[in-house]
Amino acid sequence: MKPAASPPTDPARRAGSGGALADNEKWLGRVMMAPAILYIAALVGLPLLLALYYSVSNVTVGSAGWPSYVGLSNFRHAFGNPTFIRAVWNTIFFAVVSMAIVMVLGTILALSLLKDFRGKWFVRLLILLPWVAPISLGTIGWLWMFDSVYSVINWTAQYFGIFGKRTWPVWLGQPTLAMASVITVQVWRLLPLATVILLGGLSSIPKDIQEAALVDGASVLRRYVQITEPLMRPIALVALLFGLIFSFTDMIVIYVLTRGGPFDTTQVLATLAFFTGIDGGDLGGGAAIALFLLPVLAACVILILRFARKTEVT
Amino acid sequence: MSAKRGTVTSPAWRVVHFGAISAFVLFAAFPFFWMVISAFKQTLDLMNPNNNPFVFNLPPTMVQVKMLFEGTEYTKWLWNTAWVGILVVIITLLLAVPLGYGLARLSGKTGERLGIMIFLTYLVPPTILFIPLSRVISYLGLTDSLWSLVVVYPSFTVPFCAWLLMGFFKVIPPDIEEAAMIDGLSRFGAFVRVVLPVSIAGLLTTIIFSFTLVTQEFVYALTFISSSSKFTVSVGVPTFLVRGDVYFWGSMMAACFIASFPIAVLYNFFVDRFIAGFTVGAVK
Amino acid sequence: MATVTVRQLEKRFGDVHAVDGIDLSIQEGEFLVLLGPSGCGKTTLLRMIAGLERQTRGDILIGGQVVNDLPPRARKIAMVFQSYALYPHMSVYDNIAFPLKAQGVEKRSIPERVERAAAMFGIERFLKRKPRELSGGERQRVALARAVVREPSLFLLDEPLSNLDAKLRTLARDELKQFQRRIGTTTIYVTHDQIEAMGLGDRIVVMSGGKVRQVGSPQEVYDEPEDTFVAGFLGSPPMNLLRGDNCTVGFRPERFLPLLAHESQEGLVPLWFRIDRVEDLGSARLLYGSLHDTFPNEKVIVSVPFTVHMDFTPGEVYEFAVKEKEIKFFDKETGRRTEPRPFWVRR
Repeated sequence: MKPAASPPTDPARRAGSGGALADNEKWLGRVMMAPAILYIAALVGLPLLLALYYSVSNVTVGSAGWPSYVGLSNFRHAFGNPTFIRAVWNTIFFAVVSMAIVMVLGTILALSLLKDFRGKWFVRLLILLPWVAPISLGTIGWLWMFDSVYSVINWTAQYFGIFGKRTWPVWLGQPTLAMASVITVQVWRLLPLATVILLGGLSSIPKDIQEAALVDGASVLRRYVQITEPLMRPIALVALLFGLIFSFTDMIVIYVLTRGGPFDTTQVLATLAFFTGIDGGDLGGGAAIALFLLPVLAACVILILRFARKTEVT
Repeated sequence: MSAKRGTVTSPAWRVVHFGAISAFVLFAAFPFFWMVISAFKQTLDLMNPNNNPFVFNLPPTMVQVKMLFEGTEYTKWLWNTAWVGILVVIITLLLAVPLGYGLARLSGKTGERLGIMIFLTYLVPPTILFIPLSRVISYLGLTDSLWSLVVVYPSFTVPFCAWLLMGFFKVIPPDIEEAAMIDGLSRFGAFVRVVLPVSIAGLLTTIIFSFTLVTQEFVYALTFISSSSKFTVSVGVPTFLVRGDVYFWGSMMAACFIASFPIAVLYNFFVDRFIAGFTVGAVK
Repeated sequence: MATVTVRQLEKRFGDVHAVDGIDLSIQEGEFLVLLGPSGCGKTTLLRMIAGLERQTRGDILIGGQVVNDLPPRARKIAMVFQSYALYPHMSVYDNIAFPLKAQGVEKRSIPERVERAAAMFGIERFLKRKPRELSGGERQRVALARAVVREPSLFLLDEPLSNLDAKLRTLARDELKQFQRRIGTTTIYVTHDQIEAMGLGDRIVVMSGGKVRQVGSPQEVYDEPEDTFVAGFLGSPPMNLLRGDNCTVGFRPERFLPLLAHESQEGLVPLWFRIDRVEDLGSARLLYGSLHDTFPNEKVIVSVPFTVHMDFTPGEVYEFAVKEKEIKFFDKETGRRTEPRPFWVRR
């Protein structure tokens, strides 16, 4: 081949003045990332600061201009309100019990899905449905199943003789049952996510470790307790923390099923904040209530971060 | 884990296994099954507590479904959801793709930390943000407008999709970008003409996720929108198919199933990537 | 074609001096090999010449022009990567045409130039395939075709043969050398494989720790290493380096033969060699042992060609010899070459 014929255009010059930015790694990176980061700052960071400010101000839906500072009165007001105290306990109970059940069932389900069997993909599709379908719509399905007059659950239970002829529980109308119902639906909804995360963790355990234990003559239970479980612990914690965040802060299930009732027995912080702030028009009060979710959120986030760092080292 | 690894599975164990799987499938899928049956039943059949709910005691009917499409604003809600979804997908792509690439390739160690921070913003729940955002929306004059959702939804689609895309871009060999730069492209040109075409799978995942996240969203739509003709499906059905105390169960079940099943199936193909996004760093 | 000059080039990554002040000049049409162990800075040096890495200090000149601030695409270079870096979403044809399209070469001339480049490497039949449908050797040819298609003035090759299996590698090495001779483009080739370096290079630059240890023709670096690093890096097995009282003494394993196996007895230094173990490699025998009375504590390896018919019994002492001029002397402290010093005991 002959020595380089001069190319028709000098590429350096062709790029022109814009070429400087398009080639400068540092500035190109900044320019490419800036729009998204500004967007996130404006729509997550700024509202978060506003929420902090609203919680110490007298802002309402109708109020115009800059709301004035009222100190901790929103918080004092919240603590003086028995419904609020109740909502705090309900939130904790709802989130902790749901996640406890999810983790146990999720582990069992993940272990039974680890094995290959015919039609596994279809089983997986069905099991994932509650997570992948819009939550509010799935929850309406449950609303109909829990219906006070025509509950299919009650009919089936009576048909098989589990309930007596006279027993016809009103699922969403009795305090204890209502809490049990919303927890059931929350478990239903989060179980797929937890299962798939745990399944990912299970399949990532090297086979030779399991086989070594098998060769050493360890029983099924022993293998689970001494090998599977410890190796699963980091990933299980991830599933648990995400689930906790979703359960602590979510309001869809309760809003659709009970709206916090009966008698605020299923009222959680998220729904109470909505009813106070949006339906009641007291934005400051609502913001103050919602802010009580922050410490829990922060704790979960810190734990996740510590885990991210820990796994990075190994 | 046993059958595949060559050990013997006892029949009793198999029965237990089968039983467990069946119970879980029943628990997970029953509400959807129940939606389908309810949608085609006559109201009289549906409302009689003495009837066996699992069989058609009266002949099946299309009345409920017809009522849904002709007597309610359901089609409008579907259309609204699609409209918001498509716009949010476009905004998400425009913002998250450059961000994901910047985090993966152009910012070194800082990018790693920044990436984690951005992912964490995805975890800040709507329940903390909806109150201040409602003021921001009214300040922008977008109250009761679908544009409010178009503006706000990227605040959760962008962080998650940028995080996912970052993962996608990181596994592309840097060599091919460098080869492209030597072959005559600028740094940015290499991204557009080589990296993007190679990342089709990642872009498709981003599109599906942003869209499904939009269809699932509830709290913001409930807060910002008040007129019935502007709702998205996930809020319209639980809010406006109830007239006073009267629930139109048949139509509601049809509405839920029609809106959720296709999305669920679509999402299902990509859910592994979604999970991978959550567990990055925890599984190695 | 172009000359390349590198002046006082330095690259720091944090506290690490990846490249630590290198001066180098490469002639027009020369085939220069950068050789060194991994982490010696050879790849960083190549990437700085390519413009993929910005130097911390120093200048790079291509064809007499300072290119410090030019992006890679403006340096009129072509590079072949270790991984070949073929664009996975494009056909072979589009891969080869890519540099032409990216540089805005006139459209009509593209098909002809692509076909010419493909013909050079015998890959015309693969033009419609995707890179993943090709074998390793075929991919490597596509990468080379893509590199030559726009007639660069400088070729950069980063271990282009290391992903091929051993048999293919020898063949590809030969083809590469012939091809470079034919087109005569200045070439810089990075490798950690000394056989590749010796076989391909007009000159070899031996690097370690970010510094140039020696520049010279393959024979020069092999026969006249300037320090103990070069002496110990080249050759398989490498030069025997024996630490004496006032200097380090070195000689190549294949130059230390039984006294009687030497063709001429002139200028020989005879030494007593005690054999511990014998390894028969077919083409040669490796003898492990020590110099009985001069360096009793240092291991010595000797490579005796199969043409020497002698029996060696482990545990026995034999009379071996090396030519006086084959013995190299290095400073004990710095490792640099020094003047010959007496060390042996004449009988």
